[in-house]
Amino acid sequence: MALAGKAREDFEKKLKPYVGIGIGVEDVGRNPVNQAMIRQWCEAMGDELGVYTDAAAAAVSTHEGIVAPPTMLQAWILGGVAMAGGEDDPRDKQKELHRLFDEHGFTGVVATNTEQKYLRYLRPGDEVRAATQIESISEQKATGLGVGYFINTRTLFYDQDDAEVGSLTFRVLKFETEDRPSASEGEGSSAIPGKPQRIKPVLGHDNEWWWQCVEKGELAIQKCSSCGVLRHPPRPMCGECQSTDWEFIFSTGRGTINSYVVIHYPEVPGYTYPLVVAVVDLEEGTRFVSNVVDVDPAEVEIGMSVQASIEHVDDEMKLPVFRRA
Amino acid sequence: MQSLNYADVTVGDSLPELPIDLTVSLIVAGAVASQDYTPVHHDKSAAQAAGMQDVFMNILTTNGLVSRFVTDWAGMDSRVTDVAIKLGTPNLPGDTMVLTGAVIEKNDQEGSVTVEVTGKNAWGNHVTGTVGLILPREAN
Repeated sequence: MALAGKAREDFEKKLKPYVGIGIGVEDVGRNPVNQAMIRQWCEAMGDELGVYTDAAAAAVSTHEGIVAPPTMLQAWILGGVAMAGGEDDPRDKQKELHRLFDEHGFTGVVATNTEQKYLRYLRPGDEVRAATQIESISEQKATGLGVGYFINTRTLFYDQDDAEVGSLTFRVLKFETEDRPSASEGEGSSAIPGKPQRIKPVLGHDNEWWWQCVEKGELAIQKCSSCGVLRHPPRPMCGECQSTDWEFIFSTGRGTINSYVVIHYPEVPGYTYPLVVAVVDLEEGTRFVSNVVDVDPAEVEIGMSVQASIEHVDDEMKLPVFRRA
Repeated sequence: MQSLNYADVTVGDSLPELPIDLTVSLIVAGAVASQDYTPVHHDKSAAQAAGMQDVFMNILTTNGLVSRFVTDWAGMDSRVTDVAIKLGTPNLPGDTMVLTGAVIEKNDQEGSVTVEVTGKNAWGNHVTGTVGLILPREAN
């Protein structure tokens, strides 16, 4: 439950002193800017820009010599292996603030925005240090991840001459994980399984047989045993004669497009966009809704002849899809 | 290697698309190269304890890939002045992030251009943002 009333007031009172203060510890680069770390970075990123690693090419560029990739700025002052364990520095006010949030149930943390500015490119031999300030703490917000607060920090980077070389603003959301206590550290901590798959049908007494036919590679159509009218999707009673007796036939999968839409937005994970969804008049005399694939959406038109084939649309599900006949 | 001049660029120009295969090796190499040993970026069990299925890319690597994407296009006479990004779906092993971008602004006085960048994986947008850079007025 989100903090409310007096409890929330008391908590927010405890946050106030942190706004506008330095975090109490200065980050000092353990190594000067150097070619070895630049090379390792470029190899990891696949960055082959000559100005980072090729002295001859760099010399004739506008940079007039080797420079470090600008986005390495923070890498020069990060803690390395020590970050993987050990105790927090007790003087670190940012860590203290995060613990305060943790103690009040806001254990989730996710980075949402960063903005870096580079006043100059760093060169081998430059020595970097950084000072961080807690710039602001938002009001309590309801977010997709849960109720929480955004914390903005601002880090200024300086060189060996105390000249500012760049800055970093960083925005994190500390949020209540409620019954998701696992989401407690690291950016992007919402529980996400593997590759996204399509939304699954809900199977029940009335439609499970139809999906079993699809599994076997058949496009079935339900047929009223009393009056012979076809119907789809499967349901227990005939809309024409109210009979609950039914059988089914297999469709040839041949048909023509009766109507269609092309979906561009919003994109749901697991589907490929633009996504063509068509109402198809099957030649047996009923309609069926599915995707039209392997076609330029601009070429789809009403009346187009199509042919269904049953295939995997993702790792888990088979579905009849249509192609131009 | 070619490098763009300010005059070569027009608002609306698209950058060549850059697909990045998201491997455990890339995620760990990026974390190590950025000196970011936060366990969730190299230790699968720590990532799983944090509610993720596997190690996931750290922000510095995302920044590094975004700047590489833009300077691959602009060349080495360009100078990046700022990178502002919003983070979305995590980059997890086995997926692919496709970086796309376009020039959205030119500033004649500064000789600077702003490129809008999107990095999309199977779950949606991993990163959206802008990169500002200064291009030389004429061939160096």
